[in-house]
Amino acid sequence: MTDKNINTIDLVNKNLKKRYRAEKRFQAYGILSICFGLMCLVFLFTDIISKGTRGFFYHYLPIEIHLDAEVLGITDTNDVHQILGADYTTLVKKRVYEIFEAKKRKEKKNARTLIAIDATGYRIQDLLKTNAASLLGTTITIDALVDDKVDFYLKRLGEKGEPGKEYFNEAQLLLIGKLLERQEGGFNKSLNKTFFTSGDSAQSEEAGILSAFMGSLYLLLVTFCLSFPIGIATAVYLEEYAPKNKWTDLIEININNLAAVPSIIFGLLGLAIFLSFFGFPRSTPLVGGFVLTLMTLPTIIISSRAAIKAVPPSIREAAYGIGASKMQVTIHHVIPLAMPGMLTGTIIGLAQALGESAPLLMIGMAAFIPDVPTAITDPSTVLPMQIFQWFRNADAGFSEKASAAILVLILFLVMMNALAVWARSRLERRW
Amino acid sequence: MENNTITDINDIKETVGIPLVDNAKMSMRDVDVFYGEKQAIFGVSLDIGVNEVIAMIGPSGCGKSTFLRCLNRMNDTIEICKVTGQLHLEGQNIYDSKLDVVPLRARVGMVFQKPNPFPKSIYDNVAYGPRIHGLAARRADMDEIVETSLRKAGLWEEVKDRLHQPGTGLSGGQQQRLCIARTIAVSPEVILMDEPCSALDPIATAKIEELIDELSENFTIAIVTHSMQQAARVSHRTAYFHLGKLVEVNETEKVFTNPDHSLTEAYITGRFG
Amino acid sequence: MSLSALFVLIMLGATVTYMLGRSRSLALANNLGGIRHLHSLPLYYGAQAALWCLIPCLALLAIWVAFDDSIIRQIAIQYLPEDKQNLAPQELSLLLNTIENIAGGVTSLKATPEMQAIADRVVSLQRLSSILLSAIVLSSLVLLSGWGWSKVKPEYRARNSVEKTFMIFLLGCSTLAIFTTVGIVFSVLFESIRFFEIIPLTDFLLGTQWSPQTAIRSDQVGSSGAFGAIPLFTGTMLISFIAMVIAVPTGLMTAIYLSEYANNKVRVVVKPMLEVLAGIPTVVYGFFAALTVAPMIKNALHGLELSLLSFSIGPLDVSGESALAAGLVMGVMIIPFVSSLSDDVINAVPQSLRDGSYGLGSTQSETVKKVILPAALPGIVGAILLAVSRAIGETMIVVMAVGTAARLTANPLESVTTVTVQMTTLLIGDHEFDSAKTLAAFALGLVLFVITLGLNFFALRIVKKYREQYD
Repeated sequence: MTDKNINTIDLVNKNLKKRYRAEKRFQAYGILSICFGLMCLVFLFTDIISKGTRGFFYHYLPIEIHLDAEVLGITDTNDVHQILGADYTTLVKKRVYEIFEAKKRKEKKNARTLIAIDATGYRIQDLLKTNAASLLGTTITIDALVDDKVDFYLKRLGEKGEPGKEYFNEAQLLLIGKLLERQEGGFNKSLNKTFFTSGDSAQSEEAGILSAFMGSLYLLLVTFCLSFPIGIATAVYLEEYAPKNKWTDLIEININNLAAVPSIIFGLLGLAIFLSFFGFPRSTPLVGGFVLTLMTLPTIIISSRAAIKAVPPSIREAAYGIGASKMQVTIHHVIPLAMPGMLTGTIIGLAQALGESAPLLMIGMAAFIPDVPTAITDPSTVLPMQIFQWFRNADAGFSEKASAAILVLILFLVMMNALAVWARSRLERRW
Repeated sequence: MENNTITDINDIKETVGIPLVDNAKMSMRDVDVFYGEKQAIFGVSLDIGVNEVIAMIGPSGCGKSTFLRCLNRMNDTIEICKVTGQLHLEGQNIYDSKLDVVPLRARVGMVFQKPNPFPKSIYDNVAYGPRIHGLAARRADMDEIVETSLRKAGLWEEVKDRLHQPGTGLSGGQQQRLCIARTIAVSPEVILMDEPCSALDPIATAKIEELIDELSENFTIAIVTHSMQQAARVSHRTAYFHLGKLVEVNETEKVFTNPDHSLTEAYITGRFG
Repeated sequence: MSLSALFVLIMLGATVTYMLGRSRSLALANNLGGIRHLHSLPLYYGAQAALWCLIPCLALLAIWVAFDDSIIRQIAIQYLPEDKQNLAPQELSLLLNTIENIAGGVTSLKATPEMQAIADRVVSLQRLSSILLSAIVLSSLVLLSGWGWSKVKPEYRARNSVEKTFMIFLLGCSTLAIFTTVGIVFSVLFESIRFFEIIPLTDFLLGTQWSPQTAIRSDQVGSSGAFGAIPLFTGTMLISFIAMVIAVPTGLMTAIYLSEYANNKVRVVVKPMLEVLAGIPTVVYGFFAALTVAPMIKNALHGLELSLLSFSIGPLDVSGESALAAGLVMGVMIIPFVSSLSDDVINAVPQSLRDGSYGLGSTQSETVKKVILPAALPGIVGAILLAVSRAIGETMIVVMAVGTAARLTANPLESVTTVTVQMTTLLIGDHEFDSAKTLAAFALGLVLFVITLGLNFFALRIVKKYREQYD
């Protein structure tokens, strides 16, 4: 036996090196996998943040402009219609020609395409709307918006290959160069307030996310109001009331399967049932909320059930022991104790709903909605859909807006998840 | 003992009896084990002789399983567990930072409380150890190892016709003997058994005890057990643990008839446990 | 009166009824000598009375709202001249829509005097309906409230009846899951059947040509388009395959490393970080795939010539909408999904098996490869199936990063299209489901639903069985 033992341990030792190499390799695969995942995360975020922050800023050119009542065609400063209908375009155009010293037709065209004339006109209009009497006839300095192509080019100055240069001809590049050399009164880059205060627009320099943001809020409101009570009721039923029978099994199988049904299928359901059969209005947060409620319910139900399960049976027994009815036990003890867990699950479900796009695409929420919605039955769009819309637009300026909107969406999501983490750590009770 | 008062555990400074032997297979000196902040074993010194069966008994939570798991460094899998002191296998320090646990465990095998056959066939269960260690060059060698191991474990006659059926399909006692066969297939020098019969019925237990007796001809065996009768039946020496301390080690007969320490006596007479 | 105002009024009425019922029961109890002479607590009497007026009123409101439009529409048809009444259903509905729009005050439409007249009558009908509704709801509210109040009697078992209502409410909520499934089945099935009446099932499932855009209207003969869905299926499979090639090994190895090797500190940091990947909206992934990854792949591989031994491939022709880009990004998205599912499965393998293996002197990787993975295999297969179903149904990434041209190819550098991409392109902007083109989207939806449902059902069963094995 002793002989054999020595033999065995020799054999073991002989193979050890090879086995340890395999061990090292295997561990390396593990570390590599994790690194790959983390690298993707870092790459994705750097990409999003670097592109997104760019979209928050815009280039302006400060210009002095004389608000000539004659050019504008305003005779009565109290007449709102006159102010709204005045010809700001010509006013701005004229001033732009002067600044760029453009006289010939071609020069004028070159100059005109460097500045966002209409958007600048709207800025003047906004000023006059509140203060026409005192401003009219004076000379003011206003930050004129540059054209979105100019903005694109200016933001990428110094990058390899000079992206955006191809948009301009020689003369235009010369004009931009001249302004860049100026010490004072040249281009300035500042926060794009329009992006946060206005709705979608056909012009990228005037487009903002306010309407999509409000749409998302309304959508979340509808989804929360429906999915929270229904989800909790279902979870309570399944955990506290449901008898063990075929019907309960069927409900459980359905919930588990719905959790894994592709979201686009829910879009088809919304299209066929809510829009086509019941005739609810298209593109509204109401219908979107219905669809997302059905979609997020499984998530909420599953986590609410876990929260209810975590309530120790001793508490139920104690309440039953002093003669409480089933409903009293549920409402007085089980639901309050499980509430933090259920809230956490709901917030996570809502975060999922906030980022969801595919089903909303089906029910027409990928629409051009410039107006900020004021009710759940107003047509509106939501943040993911707005991103998608801008992404599809070929204009260079819109892609930047989409990146910026992505940042807003992600910030929104981070806040919701932070809320969930907070709710979990502060409110949840460990038994 | 004349006076029947039980000694306070804090008064135990030294193990009584004969903890040390001449031709030791494994020798442990001043072993302390900590789980995080909590100390589980206090300065245990003990020798295990060649081809000896040593039983470790004591009330639950006394640290006997923890001590056993130190002997082939199974405690390494528990992150917060820390072992200090000298533990030697034939003069080699087991807890040497340079020592490799893989060949150590090939030399010091272990059988667990609950039978834990892998969800594989009976054959593959026994062949698992030889396979990972590369002990058999050819298929025929492997067949031989499997057959000898199963024979030694007294399981061959029962399973020879269904070697390729899953090991999990066997009865509890058979599963535990399969686990023993799996351990001896690697030809270890020492076998550690952690309450190997606690999950088995009396008949299966008797078979395992018989098996331990036979195995003691070729292997050194350390067995942790809850059952004092079992310790009395199978072991040559018995070690009594109490609250992480080794109270007494003596010839099994002496421990069960005339223990040196009042705590041991109290335990074997059933005053606590 | 507007709907929301009515709703608020009903709620108000119910609250008042609750208080009335409660105070009446208290008054009755006082006469009898204390609350203990009532069967239930005063609260239950109030709740019972409130429920009696709340439920019927809300039901009435819902039914009225659901049907008033279609009834007004039916009446409006009667106002139409004879010849208009016999129009084809589609044109009739178009005409009615116009009338409703005029009635709704859309001024941009040029209304003929006759239509204006009908619209005016529709407006007055709507006004009448609204007044009727308000009157009926409010009067029934008052009546029911009084009735509920009168039912409050000491011996009445209010608690039992309230609890029963509560139970029914809970049961009703939980059946919503079943209704949702039924709703999905109905919505895809009916339109699909209409589609298969136009295009034979075999043509759809076995055809290799997909060009639905040529079919503008189903009644246009000779331009029915081609609805062979094979290229869509292969495209979906190609992209899902690429995604799985990325996600399965990475996710699985991540799970193994985190549960078997990493210490607690690493686990606590890395796990949530990877889970962030799962929380990023798909539209962001789509944006990333289309604008960052796809151009990167194109720049890196386009025109590249590969030669291996005697084989040489290239110069490579990389599409800007390559399947590779979408697949890669989708794979990254699915990594945390695979890893967290596998993690659960691996943790379910009992520690005793690990001990058994370590006790024999195997290394960690041997234990993982030879004991844990075989033991966890069914669970891992289940997890992978769930991930596959996820990849097949993923929409935004492919909509944004992949083209719409249906191509039958296995080359990941070419552009392909998928089932979900086609569903969105066929349906966006279309309001009526009357052409083969829009109906095809529902047929695709049916296929997608059946496949993913099958995968999920199968996977969930495997995982459940596996869990029971070690419980």
